[in-house]
Amino acid sequence: MALSMKIQASSLIAGQRRVRPMTGRRAVVIKAALELKAPPYALDALEPHMSKQTLEFHWGKHHRAYVDNMNKQIAGTPLDGKSLEEVVLASWNGGSPTPVFNNAAQVWNHTFFWESMKPNGGGAPTGKLAEAIVRDFGSFEKFKEEFKSAGLTQFGSGWAWLNADKSGQLSLSKTPNAVTPVVEGKTPILTVDVWEHAYYIDVQNRRPDYLTTFIEKLINWDVVAERYAAAQK
Amino acid sequence: RISRSISTVKLPDLPYDYGALEPYISGQIMELHHTKHHAAYVANLNKALEQQAEAEAKGDVSKVITLQGAIKFNGGGHINHDIFWTNLVPPKDFEPPSGELKALIEGQWKSLDNFINIFNAQTAAVQGSGWGWLGYNKGSGRLEITAMPNQDPLSITGLVPLLGVDVWEHAYYLQYKNVRPDYLKAIWNVVNWKNVADRLAAAKK
Repeated sequence: MALSMKIQASSLIAGQRRVRPMTGRRAVVIKAALELKAPPYALDALEPHMSKQTLEFHWGKHHRAYVDNMNKQIAGTPLDGKSLEEVVLASWNGGSPTPVFNNAAQVWNHTFFWESMKPNGGGAPTGKLAEAIVRDFGSFEKFKEEFKSAGLTQFGSGWAWLNADKSGQLSLSKTPNAVTPVVEGKTPILTVDVWEHAYYIDVQNRRPDYLTTFIEKLINWDVVAERYAAAQK
Repeated sequence: RISRSISTVKLPDLPYDYGALEPYISGQIMELHHTKHHAAYVANLNKALEQQAEAEAKGDVSKVITLQGAIKFNGGGHINHDIFWTNLVPPKDFEPPSGELKALIEGQWKSLDNFINIFNAQTAAVQGSGWGWLGYNKGSGRLEITAMPNQDPLSITGLVPLLGVDVWEHAYYLQYKNVRPDYLKAIWNVVNWKNVADRLAAAKK
């Protein structure tokens, strides 16, 4: 049988997979490296609330390094070729996370974080989500205070989260380092990164100011509402 | 009824100007690190100790227990930074290790360079926030390289702290950004080996 090269059309879509040469019977399969997803806005689009320089380092260096290091760790292992979500759950290893988890979970967390923000964000949620916030926190103001407090009291590196369960009940949580509520069986709908690299260029030690700005000026409540609806399906 | 007074801690002065460790650690970082980060640990520790004293006076054991996290975070932060400032020296006054300290390092790690490489590899690998430590094991009489998460003080392991390297991002970010290994290469130019030797001598008494 003549050898022929076929390039899968799907490889050109979404930038998710590299070209796979398939030669006759013995397909040489190069497994896909997972890719660094860009934020859904330009790196300067969140100014003046989050600087372009922060995005250049936070996305361009930190997030990129998590992706590159994860790919190096899983190449040639059974995790190679799996989806990011599968890699995160597998490397969580039931609470005894492997070194892969530190990178894979951070890849997931950071994408979730970029997508939780938008230019001219902030303001307030509407509709069912707004009602749920009032029901579960007492008021939107109270929710903002408690979300900020979760971010402030996560000592060291980590994340603060707003989660929803299947019934639409909301809850706050905070996690250290790379841990994500997904491995705790929760469905997050909003997150804020409180590793120092997330805010040090812009406000140095002033984490409270960073959290206030995030809440008032950056949250993409449309995306949060979509995630809230999806959590109840 | 036992009544106790509490003693509060004080932010120590640095034994050098903020800019004195340049170009290895910037004056901007030293000033923020001392006047904002360490100062906050001191203020929050004192507040937690006062609240603990009030709770003890009222016999509110539950409240005492809930304060332990804050005492550990902020107390550890104070202890660690208190040691750290003395572990550093302006580059013009730098001297490599000598005497017993040098002998111990070379005996255990063959050379100072090899010790530094191993220390840096372990310290660079700290996940999130924490410290790399050179400690002294009184039981074995040996030095040990180890890392501690967040602000957990080395003393809780039983080791005597000799030299700590802060790898919380606030310790290096404005100058080295995400490149923690570059910070770890640079800091050895400002390590105060005399202070490390003094701590070792005190530990052996």
